[in-house]
Amino acid sequence: MSHISPVLWQFLVKWMTTFALFPPEASKIAPQMDALLFFMILISLIGLTIVTLLVVSFCILYSKERHPVAVQVEGSTLLEATWTIIPLGLFLVMFVWGALIYFRVFTPPANSMNIYVVGKQWMWKAEHPGGQHEINSLHVPTGRAVQLTLISQDVFHSFSIPAFRVKREAIPGRYTTVWFEPTVPGTYHLFCTQYCGTNHSQMIGDVVVMTPEGYKKWLDESTSGASLAQNGERLFASLSCAACHNARPDARGPGLANVYGAKLPLASGGTVTADDAYLRESILNPSQHVTQGYAPIMPTYQGQISEEGVIALVEYIKNLNSDYRIQQTLNTTDLLPESEGKPAPAVTGQAGKKPAPQGKVNP
Amino acid sequence: MSATIVSLPDQSTARIPKMNYLSKENGLLSWLLTGDHKRIAILYLISLSFFFFIGGALAGLIRLELLTPQADLMATDTYNKVFTMHGVIMIFFFLVPSVPATLGNFLIPLMIGAKDLALPKVNLLSWYLYIAGGTLAIYTMATGGVDTGWTFTTPLSTHYVNTNVLTTGLAVFIAGFSSIFTGLNFIVTIHKMRCPGMTWFRLPLFVWAHYAASILMVLATPVVAIAIVLVALERTLGIGVFDPTKGGDPLLFQHLFWFYSHPAVYIMILPGMGVISETISTFSRKRVFGYTAVAFSSVAIAVFGFFVWAHHMFIMGISNYAVLVFSLLTMLVAVPSAIKIFNWTFTLYKGSITFETPMLYTFGFMGLFTIGGLTGVFLGTSGTDIHLTETYFIVAHFHFVMVGGMLMAFLAGIHFWWPKMTGRMYPEKISQLAAVITFIGFNFTFFPQFILGTLGMPRRYASYPPEFQVLNVFSTAGATILGVGYLLPVLYLTWSLKYGAIAGNNPWQATGLEWQIQSPPLTENFTVTPIMDHEAYDYEWLENQNLAKEKSKEVTHAG
Repeated sequence: MSHISPVLWQFLVKWMTTFALFPPEASKIAPQMDALLFFMILISLIGLTIVTLLVVSFCILYSKERHPVAVQVEGSTLLEATWTIIPLGLFLVMFVWGALIYFRVFTPPANSMNIYVVGKQWMWKAEHPGGQHEINSLHVPTGRAVQLTLISQDVFHSFSIPAFRVKREAIPGRYTTVWFEPTVPGTYHLFCTQYCGTNHSQMIGDVVVMTPEGYKKWLDESTSGASLAQNGERLFASLSCAACHNARPDARGPGLANVYGAKLPLASGGTVTADDAYLRESILNPSQHVTQGYAPIMPTYQGQISEEGVIALVEYIKNLNSDYRIQQTLNTTDLLPESEGKPAPAVTGQAGKKPAPQGKVNP
Repeated sequence: MSATIVSLPDQSTARIPKMNYLSKENGLLSWLLTGDHKRIAILYLISLSFFFFIGGALAGLIRLELLTPQADLMATDTYNKVFTMHGVIMIFFFLVPSVPATLGNFLIPLMIGAKDLALPKVNLLSWYLYIAGGTLAIYTMATGGVDTGWTFTTPLSTHYVNTNVLTTGLAVFIAGFSSIFTGLNFIVTIHKMRCPGMTWFRLPLFVWAHYAASILMVLATPVVAIAIVLVALERTLGIGVFDPTKGGDPLLFQHLFWFYSHPAVYIMILPGMGVISETISTFSRKRVFGYTAVAFSSVAIAVFGFFVWAHHMFIMGISNYAVLVFSLLTMLVAVPSAIKIFNWTFTLYKGSITFETPMLYTFGFMGLFTIGGLTGVFLGTSGTDIHLTETYFIVAHFHFVMVGGMLMAFLAGIHFWWPKMTGRMYPEKISQLAAVITFIGFNFTFFPQFILGTLGMPRRYASYPPEFQVLNVFSTAGATILGVGYLLPVLYLTWSLKYGAIAGNNPWQATGLEWQIQSPPLTENFTVTPIMDHEAYDYEWLENQNLAKEKSKEVTHAG
């Protein structure tokens, strides 16, 4: 057979041996998603077959040669009802089934581990809680629910892992989340699926699923020496956040220990749950989110902290159980003369690219 | 006034009437300043074909680039510009105006027994706006193009690209007004200009479909115009509506954009559905099965079409409950399309079917639109949308509906009414061949893209992982066949202008009012205002006429 055309032959062989309709199923949700997809493909094929069979058989039975004079049929309420209700019913089944999967994909379980992902033209940067960071790759363990908190530093991106059947938009100025539980170790595609400019098609990478032991090993080998929260602590100090957020009786800002997840009363009325999004917003847009009992005096840090810096701060505040350390640093700096009191522009992990901005709090 | 008598003149003695809308006046100015809806339709047909050619050439470049996994034919920036301009030109300068501006323009007054559209000068103005927008789009392309994707997503379009976003936006803005004026003109015409006896439920379904599409044009297009103005203001003055650092919302743009662009796909497909209702009834010699169901399903699509826009944003962090609502509404909009497909299928039942070219394209439409519609349900289902959105599945779905559906309907319509527009027949055999080639080429091009989509290949990629190559090669090979399928009609239709057989008034022996007048029609369409005294698609009555005629012939012969 190969004499037809070597090139064509090669292609056909390649296609026949590698042909697949779906990517590998490597997450817990993947088989569930595929079950629905198979159901929908089946229904579609049945629908298409019915229409095709009807059209073809009518064309044969009622061609002009066989059926020279048309018989007028006006319509039929029964038939109209049939092909309104049956498709509607099937579509509703798909709707409900799909919604169940949708809610599952976007409702992370409480015990999931969180990895932050920042998208920027044209790379993905992942920040593990232990301070490990990686570019255009993501290492995750099997058997553990992993939540991604995504944000974009510039335009819309979309974080897509076909083998997990999950995808989530990374949006500028807003955290989005998605979760998955990897099941099969291996290396899978990571794509940016939202068109994001020149090198959109190079904003790709690998998702490496490892056994829990392998993952632990990887974490140990890739550590940068400081955890994400520790980076956040340094940034917190270098930005002089502690000048106000120190939980002392005369503090001009609210204390931040155990604030994560708490319900806070707002100066504008109402309450808000202090989640990642709220913390981020209060750093970048503080005047919009003043809590009750405090004056809107906090300056904005918009444009002064990179998204990674904000993430480190959020992670720091998230893990802050007591104000003891904050007050300690404050006490030591209070003893120093004014000129030395300013924190040194320490190279603080991610924020190191920009000179760490000085605290702008007016006395 | 006179009652309409469906005329079945002898084809053999037919000749092109000396006086008709084409021969009435000569010279370029008589065309450029015409108020005649038929001449404007021809102007549109020529200019649309030009833009289709440009958009098609760009599609060819895309497919060539994707022949290999590496981005080796052109730089990624160039590739991005090419697919952006392909989208912009095909959507705004071909698909949106395609059937309404050509066939709708030509036929609506003829079908409802009017001398012209209600606002002939506005009609000409819309063509000029279309040309102005189109020229600007071509100018944009010549001076460096634009690379935002046809969706102009912010903040990419407002802050991050330095290509011609403003001129492209202006081009779309202007073309939008062309569309609004066309829609307005149709609505007024259909309300006010129907001939005596032409009640709403005697209107051909083509007119119903255009009426529904016109409502969408008038109500939805202004929203995209606003969105474009906001993008321009954001880009030039930095007003911050879409800028999160200034308290704006980047997602707001997508809400505005899709509030137009989702109804816009119904603006594109509804007139095509109108064409299919006409062809399928004519070539099966039957009234359309469930006339009222088909008519109201057009209206239902138009109404529901307004409330499904957020299904483009299921993974974009909108509220889960909003997703629930929009997913449900999307399921509802799928139903009227299913109703139409089944009604067309049952129109064939007990018909007397012939297989001329328009009918072949009609079958092509039904098959491909069914696939396109069903795969739309995959995307409207919120769960599966997560996996399939932003991949080649979207590309395949959209092209099945728009190219497989709309373009097939457009070609069906062009062939069907070609004798009315030009007075001459297209050559039947080669046209049937072209229809078959188009169908085969289409499936080869776009079906592999469904599989690419389920495998996860993202859209708008200049390069891709090597395991996707085989399917991409299939697709590119198919596109070559498809190209031949589109080139053939251009050639033989042009040929037929001079050498085609004389068509006569009613070559298809159809019942519509447009077939009861000469081909090509007079500038004023009807010498006396017709009176409609029967339902649309009254083929039974027509057959009786035929029988009576034959009988009388026999009698004369015997005598």
